Amino acid sequence: MKKILCIKRQENSESRPYREEYEIDPGDSNVTIAAALRLLSEENRIYAERDIPYRALVWECSCLQRKCGACAMVVDNVPCLACDRRVGDSRGERIVIEPLRKFPLICDLMVDRSIMDEMLYEHEVWLKGRAKEKNDDIAFEASKCIKCGLCLEICPNWHLEGSFGGMAAMTSFARLMAKEPEEQLRERASHYKTAVYNGCGKSLACRDICPASVDIEKLLVKSNAAAIWKRRM
Amino acid sequence: MLIKFISCAGESLKVKSIGKVNIIGSGLAGLSAAISLAENGIPVNLLSVQGSGRAQSNLAEGGINAALDVMGEDDTVNEHFEDTMKSGCYLADPEMVRGLTYTAPEIVRQLDIAGVPFNRRDGHIIQRNFGGQKKKRTAFAKSSTGKMIMTALTDAARRYEAQGLIIRFPQHVFVSADIKDGACSGLRAYDIFRRKGLHLYGPVIMACGGMSGMFAGHTTGAAVNTGLAAAELFCSGAELGNMELIQYHPTTFRIDDKRLLVSEAARGEGGRLFFDDNGKRNYFMEEKFGERGNLMPRDVVSREMERCGRQIFLDMSSVGNDIWENNLSDMREEIIHYSRLDPAKEPIPVSPGIHYFMGGILTDISHRTNIKGLFAAGECACAYHGANRLGGNSLLGALYGGHIAALSVYDDIKKYGTEVAGIADDEEMGYDITESDDEKRSGKELCETVLKGMGILRNEEGIKASLDEVKELRIKAVSKRIERKALLMEAMLLSALNRKESRGAHVRTDYPETLDEYRKISVAEYKDGDIRISLRDI
Ligand SMILES: Cc1cc2nc3c(=O)[nH]c(=O)nc-3n(C[C@H](O)[C@H](O)[C@H](O)COP(=O)(O)OP(=O)(O)OC[C@H]3O[C@@H](n4cnc5c(N)ncnc54)[C@H](O)[C@@H]3O)c2cc1C
Ligand code: SF4
Ligand code: FES
Repeated sequence: MKKILCIKRQENSESRPYREEYEIDPGDSNVTIAAALRLLSEENRIYAERDIPYRALVWECSCLQRKCGACAMVVDNVPCLACDRRVGDSRGERIVIEPLRKFPLICDLMVDRSIMDEMLYEHEVWLKGRAKEKNDDIAFEASKCIKCGLCLEICPNWHLEGSFGGMAAMTSFARLMAKEPEEQLRERASHYKTAVYNGCGKSLACRDICPASVDIEKLLVKSNAAAIWKRRM
Repeated sequence: MLIKFISCAGESLKVKSIGKVNIIGSGLAGLSAAISLAENGIPVNLLSVQGSGRAQSNLAEGGINAALDVMGEDDTVNEHFEDTMKSGCYLADPEMVRGLTYTAPEIVRQLDIAGVPFNRRDGHIIQRNFGGQKKKRTAFAKSSTGKMIMTALTDAARRYEAQGLIIRFPQHVFVSADIKDGACSGLRAYDIFRRKGLHLYGPVIMACGGMSGMFAGHTTGAAVNTGLAAAELFCSGAELGNMELIQYHPTTFRIDDKRLLVSEAARGEGGRLFFDDNGKRNYFMEEKFGERGNLMPRDVVSREMERCGRQIFLDMSSVGNDIWENNLSDMREEIIHYSRLDPAKEPIPVSPGIHYFMGGILTDISHRTNIKGLFAAGECACAYHGANRLGGNSLLGALYGGHIAALSVYDDIKKYGTEVAGIADDEEMGYDITESDDEKRSGKELCETVLKGMGILRNEEGIKASLDEVKELRIKAVSKRIERKALLMEAMLLSALNRKESRGAHVRTDYPETLDEYRKISVAEYKDGDIRISLRDI
């Protein structure tokens, strides 16, 4: 089973992007894109633009089992985790691989997603007081978020410079609101309003894309209820 | 007092200040050390190849051990101590293990306070069975315990980040330590995003995880833990301990170029191992060890599986619906996703895979290494687990070890003060984080070569053959990185050759007995271009 990986390459954010192609024979259509990328070498490069010397591909991975969020990228126009998507998911022979588009590019398929951390830092997202021994189900669901950024990539309302933190921020707020003492809620709610509630247009484009199967809708409803309508979680 | 970051911060580096202590690795051990120091008012630099959310600690599934005695079994910290010592085949320092196990209940209580959503009944944490322990002692959050703890501690660390007490340097890879006359005074790192070097002064705590990345395709761990930091330190004079002791987890299966773990929780909740004997299931562990056979320590189970020499299956048909729903739903979903088999409905084929490195940078009880100013904690350190780690003890070891390392650094700072807290500068380093094709090929070749001699069952002939090949590969090394890697692997093989006995994860078919004279730590040192192996009293 032959496949051609057509990869968008770019040395840095200022340099000119180009396309490079590799022919692979993964043997099995269940092989993940991440595994395929790990096998690339100069030997299976079949196309490079003129005068561009071979350079090993730069991209991120760590767990290779959908648990760390490092390998988020865009494959055939679908934002996904490379260790989740399989080569067989692309019907044709060619598989087009690009970096996430909404985050600053570092090199090739590596982007800078530190905005997700910065947002949480600005909004003082840490527990202020002893956690309650309840709402474990909500805290568990919220803690599943691996901060891959796929929900931000697909969201029509999220962009890098905005004050909306998207669902990646919502999950962190949800964990705190589920666990922290009631008296913290007022302060938390005002941050939540700015970072999540005001920006979310409820398109729920994120709902089906989450590779960690976070129940985004349920968490959003619960968090809105707690922060905006002052209902207990 | 914080020292302003004056000399080099580039536009993209949002560093407001610089810490007095450097921590390499932001998994559980690194976070624990950072939080402990920050809590004592000591600012730290927290460096890691990737942010905390991507560390291997997030993969931990089954749980964390502590004798909470909540399951009506009269559990005690002393029994936890004894089980840990026994499972480690008495190769760990009893005083260290006592510290670990006696502090465990408080650690879990603190995690609870930090909001870790442990599984509970009537508001109280519940615990499950794990291998090598007679009592239910493993606290868990379904099969995502590591992720839940990491999320809570990453949130907790953020408070100190806002106060300038934890200064993060994500996307920074450790390059080398400044070691002179047996003392470490700082380190050099490489900023992957800015492609620049960074030089930091002050004591260094290594919390850079295990060496999974060296054994790609054969391990359950994270690719990002390359072991290169340990290799570099070894070549700069840091002693390594018990490098021959590599834990093979009995229940893993291959997915592409990694092994997926089927957590010990599967057997803790009732899973049984068998092989097919002409159409009849042979539950070989139960046959040999009785009712609790499936929950023997990992070294014993892996060895028995290897000796069977056939495909082993995990049968989870006796696990009830409520257990699947409440305790294992995430594990089941993962197995179905990657193997296309539903463990609730059909047996799954499993085989042992590399899972944990009991050996590593050698430390004493206070997590000091032989180099003054250099500390190590978590999976990169050789500390609590002797010849075989108990499941559920490594999250604990990372949290406790990180904390102890922090306290030791704190003591040193109080006693001796610090010199210039730290400076950082922009250096053109000529470093490339991405491996070349040649390096990838050599790395793979090294890995396959080492594993020929360092499988579950070993003998002198096999180890020596691997050693000769690794030496040759080292001489032909295409880069300094590969040379370092090869040296580390040689240290593993030489330690294995030198331990002429069988103990825990080290099974020598030519020396099957466990011998008292070997109840010692294998110490590997690199001096004047030579690796020396010796045995040291515990
Ligand atoms: C699948 C799986 C399941 C597990 N389940 C359990 C369990 O249920 N219970 C249990 O107790 N244990 C379990 N373990 C073991 C446990 O997860 C680890 O031993 C433990 O989390 C190690 O923590 P750590 O902080 O030492 O390292 P890690 O979490 O691996 O962190 C290492 C850090 O170092 C950084 N780093 C690595 N190299 C460099 C470098 N050169 N320069 C800079 N930074 C670097 C990484 O980016 C990372 O931040 C499991 C392990 C695996 C793989
Ligand atoms: S909510 Fe899901 S898609 Fe969004 S960052 Fe978290 S894990 Fe990724
Ligand atoms: S490598 Fe961790 S999610 Fe893909």
